[in-house]
Amino acid sequence: MSRFQVARLVAVKDLRVERRSKVVTNQILPFAGATMVMFAFALDSKGVSGVDEDGQRWTTDVLALVAPGLVWLATLFSLLILVGRAFAVESEDGALDALRVAGVDPAAIFWGKSAALAVQLFLLELVLVVAAVLLYNVDVPLGGVALLGVTLVAATFGLAFVGTLYGGLAAGFTGRESLLPLLVLPVVAPVLIGATRAVESALGTGGVALAEGWPWVGLLAVFAIAFGVGGALAFGPLIEEAT
Amino acid sequence: MSQTTPPPTRKLGTGTRATRAIGVAAVVMLGWLLAFGLGFSPADRNQEEYVRILYVHVPTAWLAYLAFGVTALCSALYLFTKKHSLGFDRFAGASAEIGVVFMALTLVTGMLWGRPTWGHYWAWDARLTTTALLFVTYVGYLAVRGLGGSHHQRAKRSAVLGLLAVIEIPLVRWSVKWWRSLHQDASVGEPGSGVELDGLMLFSLFVGVIAFTLLYVWLLLHRSRALAMEDVLDDVGLDAAVAARRNETVGVAP
Repeated sequence: MSRFQVARLVAVKDLRVERRSKVVTNQILPFAGATMVMFAFALDSKGVSGVDEDGQRWTTDVLALVAPGLVWLATLFSLLILVGRAFAVESEDGALDALRVAGVDPAAIFWGKSAALAVQLFLLELVLVVAAVLLYNVDVPLGGVALLGVTLVAATFGLAFVGTLYGGLAAGFTGRESLLPLLVLPVVAPVLIGATRAVESALGTGGVALAEGWPWVGLLAVFAIAFGVGGALAFGPLIEEAT
Repeated sequence: MSQTTPPPTRKLGTGTRATRAIGVAAVVMLGWLLAFGLGFSPADRNQEEYVRILYVHVPTAWLAYLAFGVTALCSALYLFTKKHSLGFDRFAGASAEIGVVFMALTLVTGMLWGRPTWGHYWAWDARLTTTALLFVTYVGYLAVRGLGGSHHQRAKRSAVLGLLAVIEIPLVRWSVKWWRSLHQDASVGEPGSGVELDGLMLFSLFVGVIAFTLLYVWLLLHRSRALAMEDVLDDVGLDAAVAARRNETVGVAP
């Protein structure tokens, strides 16, 4: 069986577990939604106004201005929970050890679990973008849809690879819930920066031009490739140590 | 006392003649740095007396980066050499510990310098942000080292993590630099930069770098030896516990 087929089986298995447990739909999605509402409470939604140099009065809706960053922050928080779950399922019954002992290629496990995580994250991001449109008065211009879509895909893979890699490292250890954010958040800083800037361009937030977004997608793509390859190489030695 | 515990055959300690010599040299150089940094070097035209903070800030920053570089190198040496020597792992761990301490000092001294010079403790510019992220990354690395398991498990896990940082750091640096850049580039000694330091200032900075590098080497040697002793203690403790259980069984059995 090829590495790709094994990865696909692992991904399908993970998605089936998630579909049956309904944790994503019943807990993580509502959590992400609640986070978006909390952001609105923290950042006053009334808007800020002032007078510019020419004496023109301007008003800016703070929430619409920071919406791209908030979408990605909510995604990151949800990622930490999703990763914790993806590996709690594995380590509870020693399933990861069973996979390893059965001689399953660690790179295939890594790509499979990453793919399953990416699918869940992508759906979550779509919901969060819709929430931003509904709650924060964000407009999605037609011209920015392609950039928005590509950004979501590239960022999702980067996050999924990093999440799977460090989730595998922390799996099975006491205190993994607090260790995971400490390990993951500094690493995904480039994704948060790049994806936020790219989405700002796609939405035209604060008058940012569409063309400014594409180089950031390049950064996201490089990040995803680097951790997709690096993670596949590192995952074997890391999960060997999990027990 | 358990029979498996080997009696101490030599005086236990982490010092040798070489480390003592390095230690003395480090103390002498730090004394020089104090004398030059606080006494002989003049105040700066713009930064006034605050420039003296830089005689500590620049060497600690250099050292933190050197220490993390050594961690990555020793991680690679552990993973890719046939012997998988735990000595490399202990060097990597000791170096990361020292790096984290020096990076914390860099951040603190930088803030203390930034407040009077820039008017605020923190600025979200590329170099500061990268440094802060690096600091958190290596705090995480040290947390992973403390997860437990056998010595080789710890070594392999942390070596992989130490090498992953090599992928991570350029990406963080690239993204943050692109995002924000206010910090003046390294300007001393670059041709055409137009920045000329007073001879005594440059010399003080140079003394600082040498003093802190010696301090790093001294700390690294002692700390890696202390880590080796901790490992031995773990092993001996385990052997003693196994022997004690075995003796219990022998005592109970007819």
